[in-house]
Amino acid sequence: MAVRSHIAGIDSPGALQQALRAAQYLAEPQLAIAAYLALALGKPILLEGQPGVGKTEGARALGAVLGRRVIRLQCYEGIDAAAALYEWNYPRQLLAIRQAESAAFNVYGPDFLLMRPLLQALRDPTNTLLLIDEIDRADHEFEAFLLEFLSDFSISIPEIGTERAVEPPIVVLTSNRTRELHEALRRRCVYHWIDYPQPDIEAQIVMVRASSVAEATASAVVRAVGQLRAEPLVKPPGVAETVEWAEAATLLHHQGATWPNAFLQAIGVALKDHDDLQYIQPRLAALVPGDAL
Amino acid sequence: MTAPKEIGPLLAFATALRRAAFPVAPDQTIGFLQAVELLGPRGIEDIRQAGLALFAIPPQRVAEYDAVFRAVFFGQTIAAPAGTTEDDTDVMEVTGAEDQAEIADDTRESGPEASRSDAEGTRLIGVSEDAALARFSAEARTRLPRRKVIRREKARSGDRLDLRRSMRSAARFDGDVTSLTYRRRKSRQRRIVFLIDVSGSMQDHSAPALRMAHKLVQSVDHAEAFSIGTRLTRLTPALKLKAEGAALARASTAITDFDRGTRLGDALWAYLGVPRYASLARGAWVVVFSDGLERDRPERLEAATDRLARMAWRVTWLTPLGAPGRFNPETEGLKAIAPHLDALEGAPDLAALTAHLLTYRPGPTVPTGPSQF
Repeated sequence: MAVRSHIAGIDSPGALQQALRAAQYLAEPQLAIAAYLALALGKPILLEGQPGVGKTEGARALGAVLGRRVIRLQCYEGIDAAAALYEWNYPRQLLAIRQAESAAFNVYGPDFLLMRPLLQALRDPTNTLLLIDEIDRADHEFEAFLLEFLSDFSISIPEIGTERAVEPPIVVLTSNRTRELHEALRRRCVYHWIDYPQPDIEAQIVMVRASSVAEATASAVVRAVGQLRAEPLVKPPGVAETVEWAEAATLLHHQGATWPNAFLQAIGVALKDHDDLQYIQPRLAALVPGDAL
Repeated sequence: MTAPKEIGPLLAFATALRRAAFPVAPDQTIGFLQAVELLGPRGIEDIRQAGLALFAIPPQRVAEYDAVFRAVFFGQTIAAPAGTTEDDTDVMEVTGAEDQAEIADDTRESGPEASRSDAEGTRLIGVSEDAALARFSAEARTRLPRRKVIRREKARSGDRLDLRRSMRSAARFDGDVTSLTYRRRKSRQRRIVFLIDVSGSMQDHSAPALRMAHKLVQSVDHAEAFSIGTRLTRLTPALKLKAEGAALARASTAITDFDRGTRLGDALWAYLGVPRYASLARGAWVVVFSDGLERDRPERLEAATDRLARMAWRVTWLTPLGAPGRFNPETEGLKAIAPHLDALEGAPDLAALTAHLLTYRPGPTVPTGPSQF
């Protein structure tokens, strides 16, 4: 396994953390360590965590830091190799056959190849970052198929031959942990569990992401969200919801709503489940005290 | 690369993790050594972080990981981990290669079937049970849940056009499309993992459940059976014997915790702690037949059920305490695990048990994140 201690000018976890901060992604030191190790060891990084903690955003920020185009493969139940690797453009092939009439031509030429995310990343590993998003949604068979891809970084196309990456592409996998991934897949990756950020970090994230939000508003929203996450909710608010709630409340405040009514009126941005809203409604005012602002 | 003398504790750490039932592969150990070197290491925390990342430690096992870490690097005593390994002996497996004579000679009366002859067993079981089992055997293969696999097959109708085949057909007629063929996803019978509670409180129900487990293993290709009580015993190899009497006798011989106490949490953790057993539950339909009367803390049972629910396709808990249909739990253990189950129903007799398996129609998957419920 080739070890690269310098990748795009990044030579330590601290440097990566700084670079991610410059890309407006506030990573905790543990995440920076895991991401640095993945880059240095040439392994994929597997980010697991609750929905909305910033896994996909982390991958995008990593792509921005490294100056690479992010190619995203969104997983879903039933995803297969054709959706992930390549497909032949059959309608175009049919048209070409009719147009060519009796003239000979290569029906499996590059013009007819539809490259899907894995093949795109394989052909251009130095300029791309492959994001395999929500792998836990995919079937076990697709997970097994990925094992092969992540081991060899090669693909066999019967009509063309074997395509192999000139260097291991940077791969980020994310999972919401709705199911356990197979040990064999985890073993091939550098792993990091992203938790909800600490309140001070989350307040900073709100400030970075929503420049119109005042510091006191950000702190109050983060406190309220922290309390909401401690409740047995079907869908606890993620970091994105925190940012949006702060932005929405600030917008309503600018239009004349008073604190804390602005927060209460914008609660639909943070809680997006009817049962959750009904459950929390009686105590909502206590979560966002007006004197906190 | 670090000198061999210096990597000694790091290798010892990887070995200790393996002993604590963490699945640590050799290439992960190599990656761990490289990661430690890359990080400096500037301090002991770097080594800990490198291990967390490279050994892919899931959040629910970080406390166990830290205990092993402190034991190796600070010499602290290691507490018993939540998951147990095969070496911890709470796991038993019936080997299918045992001699028939050996079974005949074994006179331990550890289970209700052990001391009974095949004829006696048949006499004690009612006709309605036989009828239910016969129906189950006949219908299991066609009515138990199937899963779609990623491969597709040629079909007269389907959800997707077989463009390759259609295109090749068209090429034979100068590009004229004369017929269309379709493809649809193949299906395969979904694996079923049947866990039978054999504790004292299930005395009247465990023997019929074992009969059903035998029919299940005999009828379908992918079925596994385990007994749980104060320990975990794999019964599948015994139940592969075609003759019911011999199969049940062998299974009963293996179950040494018949009619004893109930430590369901420990038994489920033992199941999850053995990677090859746990992998059987991955994507499978896990059916637990138990009254859920847990003597241990319900939190332990809940954590194990939560983990099982994450791995399995669906987890169904059938209890003989309730009438057929939805069951409202009263015990602490069942109340704790109810949110993690896909179905919690009563199955007071064999007919209800078999009927549930044959008629189960799953609802949508409910994500069970740590912060939910």
